[in-house]
Amino acid sequence: MTPPSPAPPAPETGPSAAPPPGADGGGDGKAARFQDLLRQAVQENTVTVTVLALLSAAVLGGLLTAFTSNAVLHAWSGFFSAPGNAIAKAWSVAAGTYVALFEGSVFNPHTVAALFQQASLPTAIHDGYLSAVFNPLSETAVQATPLILAGLAVALPYQAGLFNIGGQSQFIGGAIMSAWLGYAVSLPFFVHVAVCVAGGFAGGAALGWLAGEIKARTGAHEVIVTIMLNYVMQYFLAYVLSSQSLMQQPGTSNSITLPIASDAHLPLLAGTHLRVNAGFLIALACAFAVWWLLNRTTTGFEFRSVGANASASRVAGMNVERNWALVMLIGGGLAGLAASSVILGTDFTLNPQSYGTYGIDAITVALLGLGRPGGVVAAGLLFGALHAGSPGMQTATGTPVQIVQVIQALIVLFVAAPPLVRATFRLSAARGRGAGTSMSKGWNA
Amino acid sequence: MERVSAATAGRLPVLLPPGPARGGGAAPWAGRFGAPAAYLVFGLVDILVFGLHAKGDVTFSFTPEFAKVSVPNLSLAAAATAYCCGAVTAALAAVRLLDVLGVVAAGRVARRVLIGAVLFLFVIALLAWASGGQPIPFNVVNLLSGTLSESIPIMLGALTAVICSTSGVINIAIEGQLLLGAFCAAIATTVTGSLWLGLICGALAGSLVAAVLAAFAIAYRVDQVVLGVVLNTLVLGLTGYLYNAIMVPYGDTLNNPATFNPVKIPLLGDIPIIGPVFFDASVFLYLTYALLLVIHFGLARTRWGLRTRAVGEHPVAADTVGIRVLATRYRNVILAGLIAGIGGAYFTVGSVGSFGPDMSSGEGYIALAAMIFGRYTPFGAIGAALLFGFTTQLQSILSSINVPIQSNLLLLTPYVVTIIVVAGLVGKVRGPRAEGIPFVKS
Repeated sequence: MTPPSPAPPAPETGPSAAPPPGADGGGDGKAARFQDLLRQAVQENTVTVTVLALLSAAVLGGLLTAFTSNAVLHAWSGFFSAPGNAIAKAWSVAAGTYVALFEGSVFNPHTVAALFQQASLPTAIHDGYLSAVFNPLSETAVQATPLILAGLAVALPYQAGLFNIGGQSQFIGGAIMSAWLGYAVSLPFFVHVAVCVAGGFAGGAALGWLAGEIKARTGAHEVIVTIMLNYVMQYFLAYVLSSQSLMQQPGTSNSITLPIASDAHLPLLAGTHLRVNAGFLIALACAFAVWWLLNRTTTGFEFRSVGANASASRVAGMNVERNWALVMLIGGGLAGLAASSVILGTDFTLNPQSYGTYGIDAITVALLGLGRPGGVVAAGLLFGALHAGSPGMQTATGTPVQIVQVIQALIVLFVAAPPLVRATFRLSAARGRGAGTSMSKGWNA
Repeated sequence: MERVSAATAGRLPVLLPPGPARGGGAAPWAGRFGAPAAYLVFGLVDILVFGLHAKGDVTFSFTPEFAKVSVPNLSLAAAATAYCCGAVTAALAAVRLLDVLGVVAAGRVARRVLIGAVLFLFVIALLAWASGGQPIPFNVVNLLSGTLSESIPIMLGALTAVICSTSGVINIAIEGQLLLGAFCAAIATTVTGSLWLGLICGALAGSLVAAVLAAFAIAYRVDQVVLGVVLNTLVLGLTGYLYNAIMVPYGDTLNNPATFNPVKIPLLGDIPIIGPVFFDASVFLYLTYALLLVIHFGLARTRWGLRTRAVGEHPVAADTVGIRVLATRYRNVILAGLIAGIGGAYFTVGSVGSFGPDMSSGEGYIALAAMIFGRYTPFGAIGAALLFGFTTQLQSILSSINVPIQSNLLLLTPYVVTIIVVAGLVGKVRGPRAEGIPFVKS
């Protein structure tokens, strides 16, 4: 089985294939890269469009929270007697939602105040007051970890022209393997974590490969196959967790596994008060590995070539079907790693809801990241921040956490359609390509 | 612009050898002997699993409660029934083997009948095993009428998919159309107290999602697969959010709709077996019949259908002869959204009543699979949708008669069936040639 960081064959120098239609020249040093960035920002205005897409989604999300909040609805009923009241209420709810999101995910001034109110700084640090200051950032990193990994699981196959929306099934596959290895096997500390993480990769990879192989062998569209696998794995997870002979905690009727052995926990990075753990480093390493795989190896070259034009790649001698299966295998493995980071990093047990909304979030992360590893990290951090802030937001303002999913989808919708954003904000038309347009080639391709 | 080259890319494969992923379909996987071998496996399961474990007698009842005309029950020895099914299946496997070897020449229709027969015998053996020895007779009418009502959202979604695909737009947002339709129908019915207004609002909600899809796909040329999935996410998040924000606190005033009562058609509804299955159901089923006929006739026989197909197959040619490609696509996608919206309304005002988050549970995607399995034709899509509905209904009946299979394993069967159908049984299906490719007038 492939290790967590995918290690394809070293770049061959042989006359393997023609240049892919979509390959860019790559950076010839810093100057070229800077120019590239500048060109994107000004000429194709991808960056501008992304920022404006974020802004538009935030405004729409704010309007939604403002106009569905209880307090505001009551104020609206008295709109004609006190119009200012309604508008002020609406503003305060929307603003409060975003302030709470920010305080939960980046920085909360109250924690600093609390830190300096303590008599002596060393005791305050010992009691966790300093950690409290950094807790929002730690939570953002914790939430971003599975999003980045699962986002890569969508972004990598995307480069090969496959739309992997089976993140959920692959996540569950990885979670089952990680959790089982975590509680049922006894190994020394470091080895145990490594085995569990590798198991998570293998579990996800198996499901990803299954979808890729079905596509390669029969031509069944991967979107339908992966969606159906999501539901299959969802019920399969419920099944293994409710069967005493399989994974259910012995002697109970709860659908939950035994707790993971403590040597299988991912090591914490910043003290016992903060949840940020080695999973975050794994996520960053995987993002780098995916970038390296795509841009520096023959395998990645073939992936991109197949994604840009499968027919031309076939003529050039590439095995398109093998590439599909392989890219889905690696992608599935990445989703499995996302599961490992959750099971071994924060949850330490497996329950029927462990998969959360990672499958859907992964799609939005990958699309916002324009299918590139660096973009996925940035998008994962952004959405991680939204997730980290949302529980606090719900308690503070009563806004349901699902608002985060709405904002995410709106962002992606706007990012996917640059012409819409340009038209809205009267930007000059440029030849930029959005997340969606790069892949418009139809159902039968 | 560059999109035009994508449209012309369809012509490129003429120069190329056909790829193994196209066309050849299941051949490399299963080989020539795949089909007879699979039949034989079914036969062995009939005998070894169901036959050996069956006990007592199985009684099939063909009469619903309170029926005017009653049909006598059919009582069979469960084990013997399963053995017979297995034996006949094995014989069919032999016939298929002879077909593969070239001794008998079976046409395409005959092969399909064989598949149908094998599956039918499998279901009979399964029921004999599951229901054998149970005190209550197994009601076949309930199974069939339940199949029809379970299938309604899938059938309507599949009809939507057929129209959209035929006009060249991939509509993966059916899931979102169903969900928003369900949501809006629940609210509208509760607030206004009128079921029909709820139905209309549900339909309009479906077409609202379709309109967004159309705008982004047609005007902004966003990839339609990506777009559909994002729209589904948006609707899932939006309905989940609104459910918690306004429906939970105001459940009685916003999420407490009445539901349509079954309407029995006079005379037809009294025919034994057929009557209660087809003609004693909710308004939604009759709407489905009507839409099926209208769409089938419309696509095959009318000017609208011809233009729709032209726009989906070869937009450049259609444009040349003066058909307004983009307008046709817009209109069709938005109108088709109405149908999926009605399907969504069925979830709330047709069956369950109150709305619940993610209550469409993937049926929009199953509808797409049904469209592909049904080879992009209205009748084919409806047939495939019924197959999925049957699996779902069988699953829920089996879990209610305490079959010793874990309920979660039963719940995942419809999805496994979908994968098998899409991967294995479909074989070569060519959709409309320009499906999913934006049209840019040059």
